[in-house]
Amino acid sequence: MPEGRQPVNGHASLPKSLPLGEAPCGFRGRIEAIKVGEAHGGLPAGEIENRLIELGFVEGARVEVLHEGAFGRDPIAVRVNNATIALRRREAMAILAIAERPTERS
Amino acid sequence: MSTAAATSTDAWHFALVGTPNSGKTALFNALTGSRQKVANYPGVTVERKAGLLLTPAGRSVNLVDLPGTYSLRGRSPDEEITRDIVLGRLASESAPDLLLCVADATNLRLSLRLVLELKRVGRPLMLVLNMFDLAQRRGINIDLARLSAELGVPVVTAVAVRRDGTAQLLTRMDELAASVGRQGENTWKAPSASDLRAAQREADRIIAAAVGTPARPDTLTARLDAVLLHPVAGLVILLALLFLMFQAVFSWARPLMDLIQSGFDSFGVLAHDALPDGLLQSFIQNGVISGVGSVIVFLPQILILFLFILLLEDLGYMARAAFLMDRIMGSAGLHGRAFIPLLSSFACAIPGIMATRVIDNRRDRLTTILVAPLMTCSARIPVYTLIISAFVPARHVWGFVNLQGLVMFGLYGAGIVSALGVSFVAKRFFWNEHETPPFMLELPDYKMPRVRAVAMGLYQRAMMFLKRAGTTIFSMMVLIWFLASFPRPPAGATGPAIDYSLAAIIGHALEPVLAPVGFNWQINVALIPGMAAREVAVAALGTVYAIEGGKEAAEQIGQALAGKWSLATALAVLVWYIFAPQCASTLAVIRRETGGWRFMAITFAYMLALAYVAAFMTYHVAVALGAG
Repeated sequence: MPEGRQPVNGHASLPKSLPLGEAPCGFRGRIEAIKVGEAHGGLPAGEIENRLIELGFVEGARVEVLHEGAFGRDPIAVRVNNATIALRRREAMAILAIAERPTERS
Repeated sequence: MSTAAATSTDAWHFALVGTPNSGKTALFNALTGSRQKVANYPGVTVERKAGLLLTPAGRSVNLVDLPGTYSLRGRSPDEEITRDIVLGRLASESAPDLLLCVADATNLRLSLRLVLELKRVGRPLMLVLNMFDLAQRRGINIDLARLSAELGVPVVTAVAVRRDGTAQLLTRMDELAASVGRQGENTWKAPSASDLRAAQREADRIIAAAVGTPARPDTLTARLDAVLLHPVAGLVILLALLFLMFQAVFSWARPLMDLIQSGFDSFGVLAHDALPDGLLQSFIQNGVISGVGSVIVFLPQILILFLFILLLEDLGYMARAAFLMDRIMGSAGLHGRAFIPLLSSFACAIPGIMATRVIDNRRDRLTTILVAPLMTCSARIPVYTLIISAFVPARHVWGFVNLQGLVMFGLYGAGIVSALGVSFVAKRFFWNEHETPPFMLELPDYKMPRVRAVAMGLYQRAMMFLKRAGTTIFSMMVLIWFLASFPRPPAGATGPAIDYSLAAIIGHALEPVLAPVGFNWQINVALIPGMAAREVAVAALGTVYAIEGGKEAAEQIGQALAGKWSLATALAVLVWYIFAPQCASTLAVIRRETGGWRFMAITFAYMLALAYVAAFMTYHVAVALGAG
């Protein structure tokens, strides 16, 4: 469980979103926003955003981190609704997700 | 004008559009069968697959299978072709009368977004829900009427892999005859991020309205992936698969190869007995039959290799392999997507280099093209097999591993390691670039490979190989026979006839350059026609030694080599072939794909330099160790 996720004062406050690039294997949640910080890998930020959307990463979609690679836990395989997409953690940083029922995650 | 109008009413032009993994190509094969033509679009190297089909009402349809894409934005040369044809912008191509958007019925999300984008083009459009049987088996309840109404597009189901699975689709084509040619307004423009978002939301809304959640979700893919994508077990299994593949290529093919070999041998003897002694007899037996035979004998090995590649592709494993290899390849400066082109290069560098089109970043693509010829292609198999079976004893080590197969595996390994090394150097020093572009790839659900599809793929590969054997390789064999037979020895000559031939003159002329790497003049001669295709070198050696040593040598070329070459020379030849740029067609494809001579020249030069240096070192180390 990443830090800063616990509800404040025991109330079910609004959970903070977590970039999918930092999510551990097994993380389940819903996409809150797609925010590409800066251009990288020779592509402008807008193009990276377009590609993420074309693979189904849009606000509201259910996501689950299914697998991760052996080296540096990278890349990751993410279930998006009912399709599985492989991508690197660096690109996944642009996908902000809110954990689903964070306290009951098995 | 009038003739053009006449032909356009004679046959309809339909186009298949769809996302990757939608089963579009399987549907294309089911609809057109063997009436297919594969060529290139003019001016670009994108493959154009077209075929003819007949509707139940007897109308003929020209069907074209467009490259798979998630949208019409055109991020790569392939996707630009799809966009231009769909928009009717490509001058050489009839604008499609009907677009068939193919979707995987079990995974509609991304396809429906594409349908919404295609609608804006204004052409008659139909959605084909492929793999509908699979969706039903999983209990995915699709309300076809609702889906069609929500999308505003006719919807039809299909099962491309079943014999009668396209009947409904064909009937609907006739019913749509009325709308054919009715072109609506084209309101398509390249979608922005917010357009894409809105369209995906709309697609998700339609799915929520018309598609039920699966009653029996696909748990098999999840269970398989738990093992096959496991950080450790997954990599071990991938390695084991590759190892099995090369063992199979070496040992399973053996009985069939022996059969083909003895067939050609007896055919040669038959020709020898039927023809009068002389030049024609020598030409037919040594030039034609033993030359072509020595290449065709490798058909079983090539088919086994392609069988593995086709099965893994159909199964959906290839994308997993790319996932597992991404970091390893990335540390060598290669893109994860380069794994599939590089794996295809094990069969042949030409389809491998053509497959690099899936890499949209130009520098990554160039790096992949640069190293693809280092992967051990099937044309090297003849050379490796011949030398290994002549010099490596056929025994088993550790009880079960075939030693010859192990050496083969080592040669493949050397190719892979050098490819990674070269790309690392290219990326760091040549491009001076440290950033790797994004790797994003859909991992499709596993699917049982279908016998018919795999058989069709194998058949196409076999025909390509035989065609090559019949044309390029055959003409090279005629050339080498000519060089080895002319001029005829002077009257009263004592040595073998070949010592007086052009081949000997050329071979000896190259000796100052190639003697330091341990090559004799016969090898030098074989290297020349080997430029056309690597496997020709084997046939050329066969011809040279046959003309030199008579019939016995031709039948037992392996034994002839074992007697005439030192182990050091044999090893040097093996190492030479890991690197040598000995394939004119590969160089031609590199020139075409990179759009100029520069990369072809760079590839040729660096590979030749590597080959020379590596063979030189191998030879001298082997001699120093007493293998000379």
